[in-house]
Amino acid sequence: MKQYSLGEFEELVLLTVAALHDEAYGVAILEFLEEKLGKKVSISAVHVALKRIEDKGFAKSRFGGITEERGGRRKKFYVITLLGKSMLDTQHELRTSIYKQIPEISFG
Amino acid sequence: MKKDLPPDRALKFLRWFCREDYLEEIEGDLTEIFKKQHESAPRTAKWRFAWSVIRYFRPEFLKPFKKNYQPDYVSMYKSYLKIGWRNLLKNKGYSLISIGGLTLGLTVAMFIGLWIYDEFSFNKYHKNYKDIAQVWSCSIDPETSIISGGRSIQYPVSTNLKNNYPQYFKHVLLSWWVGDNTLSSADKKFKRRGEFIEGGVLEMLSLKMLKGSYESLNDPYSVVLSKSTAETIFGHDDPINKSISIDNRMVVVVTGVYEDIPRNNHFSEVQFFAPWSLWLSFNNWAQGKEADWYNQAFSIYAQLQPGITMEAANAVIKDLYQKNVPDDYYRTIEKYKPFVQLIPMNTWHLYSEFENGKPSGGRITYVWLFGIVGVFVLLLACINFINLSTARSENRAREVGIRKATGSGKSQLISQFLSESFLVVTFAFIMSMALVALLSNWFNELVDKDIVLPIGNPVFWIVAILCIVVTSFMAGIYPAFYLSSFHPDKVLKGVLRYGRFAALPRKVLVVVQFTVSVVLIIGTLIVYQQIQYGRNRSIGYDRSTLITVDMNDPDYKYKLGALRSELVRTGVVSEVAASSTRLTHVNNTKNGWEWQGKDPSLDAEFAICNITHCFGKVVGWELLAGRDFSNEFSGDSLYSIIINESAVKYMGLKNPVGQQLTDLDEFGHRNWTFIIIGVVKDMVMESPYDLVKPTLYFFNANASRWLLIKIDPAINANVALPKIEAVVSKVIPSAFFDYTFADEEYAQKFSQEELIGNLSGIFALLAVLISCLGLFGLASYVAAQRTKEIGIRKVMGASVFSLWRMLSKDFVVLVIISCFIAVPIAYYFMNSWLQKYQYRTEIPWWINLVTGTGAVVITLLTVSFQAIRAAIMNPVNSLKSE
Repeated sequence: MKQYSLGEFEELVLLTVAALHDEAYGVAILEFLEEKLGKKVSISAVHVALKRIEDKGFAKSRFGGITEERGGRRKKFYVITLLGKSMLDTQHELRTSIYKQIPEISFG
Repeated sequence: MKKDLPPDRALKFLRWFCREDYLEEIEGDLTEIFKKQHESAPRTAKWRFAWSVIRYFRPEFLKPFKKNYQPDYVSMYKSYLKIGWRNLLKNKGYSLISIGGLTLGLTVAMFIGLWIYDEFSFNKYHKNYKDIAQVWSCSIDPETSIISGGRSIQYPVSTNLKNNYPQYFKHVLLSWWVGDNTLSSADKKFKRRGEFIEGGVLEMLSLKMLKGSYESLNDPYSVVLSKSTAETIFGHDDPINKSISIDNRMVVVVTGVYEDIPRNNHFSEVQFFAPWSLWLSFNNWAQGKEADWYNQAFSIYAQLQPGITMEAANAVIKDLYQKNVPDDYYRTIEKYKPFVQLIPMNTWHLYSEFENGKPSGGRITYVWLFGIVGVFVLLLACINFINLSTARSENRAREVGIRKATGSGKSQLISQFLSESFLVVTFAFIMSMALVALLSNWFNELVDKDIVLPIGNPVFWIVAILCIVVTSFMAGIYPAFYLSSFHPDKVLKGVLRYGRFAALPRKVLVVVQFTVSVVLIIGTLIVYQQIQYGRNRSIGYDRSTLITVDMNDPDYKYKLGALRSELVRTGVVSEVAASSTRLTHVNNTKNGWEWQGKDPSLDAEFAICNITHCFGKVVGWELLAGRDFSNEFSGDSLYSIIINESAVKYMGLKNPVGQQLTDLDEFGHRNWTFIIIGVVKDMVMESPYDLVKPTLYFFNANASRWLLIKIDPAINANVALPKIEAVVSKVIPSAFFDYTFADEEYAQKFSQEELIGNLSGIFALLAVLISCLGLFGLASYVAAQRTKEIGIRKVMGASVFSLWRMLSKDFVVLVIISCFIAVPIAYYFMNSWLQKYQYRTEIPWWINLVTGTGAVVITLLTVSFQAIRAAIMNPVNSLKSE
């Protein structure tokens, strides 16, 4: 099986999906990211990232119920998979281990 | 409220391009964002929405360019054909009926197609066939203004066309009529048909010269032979420059050999071409006709210059008579408005009748008629397929239900069933090709043609594929729609209940089948009836044991007396006479006659027969009044004539014997006066279906062309003929003894009617066979379906007879209905067919009765087998099977 990697924005979206556990759908993810990053994010970019994550098997999706404010369309909720979680863990460990090797340099 | 809806156009665009599995999520998210923004800034929200939609327009979100649903067509059809094949194998009996019927239908259609193709390809062997024509002499009847015409024409017409219209005609060829001639080389004599014609004929007909060139006929003492003729006469020797003699008079040198002209050409009967000038030098009478505008005895063929149309040439030569006939003679014929007309080669064969100055009718009628019959027979075979597959639809209903339930669309089911009919038709087509190849010899003999399957011709294969496709559609389209329209929920539940009228289309189709069959049967019977009627016609003389000898040698005429006495002395011949015409053909007519009490408007045209005094005894004619010619009256050869009954009626005479009849010349001057010495009963010499022409018989031995020999009826012809031949070759050693039996010759006159009768008989037979096959299939199906019902009825005490009656009744009713439809149709068509015969039978009433009864009997026989089999089955067996 091919080992997939995660792009930077994809990683952010996956982190958000994990953070919003069970409540992660397009608009929620968008708003969460905009708040965290403090800048405008395009909804289409979020969708592209979600599709890619799902294709790579890091998240899975299900449809929710019909809501009025969405013009009768169902929400699509994303949940992180075990594979996604371990991917995030590996990434995190990798970064931390590298980070720890940074010598104490003072920029003062 | 309406205002907070996202912009319509952007949404539509999104829905158009976005893939369906993403659409709901994207649309939902966009709408949610839009609504949130709309509360604060409606306009911005709209723009943002549109902009976002545009940003989705990228490969990840686009619909696939190929249809979302993409079946694998190859394996799909492979599976259809496999299932179709298994179905055929599973129901061998029904498959055999469908395929067998279609094979018969396609075979008939193929034979008819080949026949029609052959008819239409007539005369196309010649490269210039579009430019070749025969020049006809036509006239308009002043009273009825009917245009009539004939191919015999005056000598000077040819000279005129040649000299005055060279820019219109490439060739104008004067010719004598194709006739039998004797070719002799050394001691061998052969009878061959030859055409005496001007030399350009070789080039005009674009003959393939194997030896010699297109100039080979320019020498007056030359002859050009067909390859087969050259081979019979000279074997493998080179025929060029060998000399042969024609009719023991004309000694000529072979200058060329051409490839035999294929059978479906007008000139195919010609076995050698000889120069016109040769013929002219041996026929003194014709030499004086170069400027004779009165005598119409010759035949002229013409080929147009390239680029000239028939219409243009016709328009130019129309007034040829008016311009060239001397005034004093033209005045006497002016009221008939005579004109010359070109009859194009491509109409010679199919349009033998002449109507209103244009070729029309004739064989083309039969070509169309049989074309239609062919389509109908094929239709009958298709009906079998339709009926059997719809009747047995119950067996396929579950399959249709499951296919539909698992997502098959109606159009897919239709293509499935069509591919099954395609399979069946292809199968039948291959079998019928084999059948055509097998039967083509027999068919060729029947229709007197050289037809082969043109397997090497790509057009044939295109037509064949077209034929398969059309037939598949004809046979398969209704069952396909019928079967694919089942409701899956109903058929899967097993409640496939048909209404009362479900079988109605099937019944209608059976009625169509039997209507066509019955029409064909009645038609055939009437054609045969008409042939028989012509055969039974009283012909006014006795043809039996009468032989006609071609007096193809000049010595015949000089030694006629000696020949007669020698022949009579053999004891096998009762009498000998000579005549200017055969007994089966009148080839000479003359107008311009006067008698007492003649209606001045009457055209006065009579058929002319020049005979010797024993003619009456030879043919055994019946004298109604007066006396026969006799050698004892010396004046008989000068001014006595015998006329027939029709002539008496035509002339309106009460006491014809002793009356005078005066011959007028072309200017109306009195030529010669004859006295009627006898009246004979009409002799049917031409078509047995035409009225007998008013005929005058002259005592004139000099004009003899045919020797008529009556063999003693008590003596076998096989014994008599060698003796006769021995006498002829003793008296006239140079002659080629060539004879025909008059009754056989006469029988040929029925050949066209017989061909039509035989063909329609065969088609009728096949139509009945195909229809009965279908009926047999339906009956066996109905019997199988009602097995339980029959079992219960039997248990309750029904007799075999009542069960048989119950099962057969439905079918017999249908056949009776079709008889009632068929009788008026057949009556209408056959009545109009009969109208073209002057001597015709009435349509006898019993024909309808016989055909109807016959159809019912055949139906009962077909159906009864199944009905009785079902009726005598032991109910225990039929009821316990569950």
